[in-house]
Amino acid sequence: MSTLTEAPPPLAPEAPEPKPPKRRGRFMPYWLLLPGILWLLVFFALPMIYQASTSVQTGSLEEGYKVTWHFATYWDALSAYWPQFVRSVLYAGTATILCLLLGYPLAYLIAFRAGRWRNLIMILVIAPFFTSFLIRTLAWKTILADGGPVVGALNTLHVLDVTSWLGWTAGDRVLATPLAVVCGLTYNFLPFMILPLYTSLERIDGRLHEAAGDLYARPSTTFRKVTFPLSMPGVVSGTLLTFIPAAGDYVNADLLGSTDTRMVGNVIQTQFLRVLDYPTAAALSFILMAAILLMVTLYIRRSGTEDLV
Amino acid sequence: MTNKTGPGGDVRLTGIAKTYGAFTAVHPLDLTVPQGSFFALLGASGCGKTTTLRMIAGLEEPSAGTVFLGDQDVTALPPYKRPVNTVFQSYALFPHLDIFENVAFGLRRRGLKSVKKQVEEMLELVQLGEQARKKPHQLSGGQQQRVAVARALINHPKVLLLDEPLGALDLKLRRQMQLELKRIQTEVGITFVHVTHDQEEAMTMADTVAVMNAGRVEQLGAPTDLYENPRTTFVANFLGTSNFIEAEVDAKTGEDIVLKAGGGKLVLPEARCSAPAGTGGKVLVGVRPEKISLTHADDAGEIPEGRNRITGRIADSSFIGVSTQYVVDSPVCPDFEVYAQNIDRDPRLVPGAEVVLHWNPAHTFGLDAAQDADAGVEEAV
Repeated sequence: MSTLTEAPPPLAPEAPEPKPPKRRGRFMPYWLLLPGILWLLVFFALPMIYQASTSVQTGSLEEGYKVTWHFATYWDALSAYWPQFVRSVLYAGTATILCLLLGYPLAYLIAFRAGRWRNLIMILVIAPFFTSFLIRTLAWKTILADGGPVVGALNTLHVLDVTSWLGWTAGDRVLATPLAVVCGLTYNFLPFMILPLYTSLERIDGRLHEAAGDLYARPSTTFRKVTFPLSMPGVVSGTLLTFIPAAGDYVNADLLGSTDTRMVGNVIQTQFLRVLDYPTAAALSFILMAAILLMVTLYIRRSGTEDLV
Repeated sequence: MTNKTGPGGDVRLTGIAKTYGAFTAVHPLDLTVPQGSFFALLGASGCGKTTTLRMIAGLEEPSAGTVFLGDQDVTALPPYKRPVNTVFQSYALFPHLDIFENVAFGLRRRGLKSVKKQVEEMLELVQLGEQARKKPHQLSGGQQQRVAVARALINHPKVLLLDEPLGALDLKLRRQMQLELKRIQTEVGITFVHVTHDQEEAMTMADTVAVMNAGRVEQLGAPTDLYENPRTTFVANFLGTSNFIEAEVDAKTGEDIVLKAGGGKLVLPEARCSAPAGTGGKVLVGVRPEKISLTHADDAGEIPEGRNRITGRIADSSFIGVSTQYVVDSPVCPDFEVYAQNIDRDPRLVPGAEVVLHWNPAHTFGLDAAQDADAGVEEAV
């Protein structure tokens, strides 16, 4: 070290000026981070800590709650509400797959085939955001209403017989069934799938398609071997952006479902706002968070997208 | 899709044309590229050379005409069914596959299971054996270029199409890759069709060059033919530099045409005149700057008989090491360019000096005077 500090002197007198700006620059990144860190601290870290402490409290509304490190709440919540957990993962997973199946062709069309219609289609994809989430879900209630045109058509085509047999619908009803909830979830989260898919597809160099064709790949092979692998970052972020909020959603199950289609979000909402059993609600929230984190980690590991960025 | 390139593997284009709405990119064109040759399509950007190449590859559908590969009419075949491979301008390597898989792509698509040996041999040929497991973005431009060549060549196409393959490389690397590509072509014996806007590149590498201009082939021939005996002013200017003198046909003597220009007479071999040369007709007489010798007017008597000569005054000179480039103001041509090798420099040859320019008549070429003498000057690089 001492040799290093002694070596520069011949240069030092020539360059004394750059020092002050360098010093200011060293702290600059931290100053820029400060607003974000403060925001996270106040609106994310503090509530999390508060929730964590709530989840290990015991007591009652009248006598007040106290932290008693009562971890059994977690176990009780899980054993009481595991069907809702399973249902949440199932519904959110199905909705995510449906979003991918519906969204991929549309994103592909916008990215490669839309030409001058590209902007218009993009606006149509985003347009639903101009109205409230709640209003749109309520509209689905009308669309799927008993005796409405959709149900009528499905009945005539005997689709409802099949879905009822599968347990997705009940008798002549679509509303208040799993199918309605999954449809609502799919509808509401579709744009979150399309946008990242479009972004990653749009970045693919069209000449790669030509090159694949030139190297004896028919169009379907080109898609399998070139286009789809290159769109993986979009597939991963799209499915995450759909699955994570869908798994915690309660509006769709609330408005379009019944007591038999309650998801974890509904349970948490009820526990917090109606039953006022705060510890159970907080524990459920943490279990959901942990479950999602675990699934997402495994998913990202498996899809191996770190190479693609 | 046979791997063998049997006899009769020529690329034949008959009446091939491409129009985009009202714009004609390629005028009906007949072209035959002999099997095993290194063929260059040379022209400025927008001249239709890339469109022609893409029609051979099947990436562009011709508006009219037929593409034959050997005896097979491939006009209606999609690219993936043509025994043709392309080296794309920006290489278009698959970024998610490593070098090995990029090179193996074509073989795998054709259902080959054991590709290892072939891929390794091909990577050896382009000197990239060590890089097999790297991703394209980890390689330099020159290496990526070689991967692109290997990826196409491994399929033993009947024709390898190269679309400005060296455009993205710096000058030194480009020179090196020119020689390398030439070596590979000689080694594998596959027909190469090379599109470029760089006349030097085309002349260095190709056996036959087709100079394209505004959707038409202006002239086709061996590089020396094109350079020594251009038939249009576009070719004369696009390939190197040319001086033009407007002259009038005076008489014909045996195999030569005698012309009048200014006050003097010039001789032009009839075989090197592509214009109709009736007595009294106009001809553009061309001569390359490096064919001309400069002699100071005081020594004019020492110039041997039988050489074409004109007089002038040096307007400008620039010394560039191996040669000195003079601009001579002459009554028959205002900016006559002369390149003189710096062997014995005459100190009297400075701007303002009266000089005689003289050259061997065999180096003269005659063109139709009806065309623009400056065609192709600006497009040339």
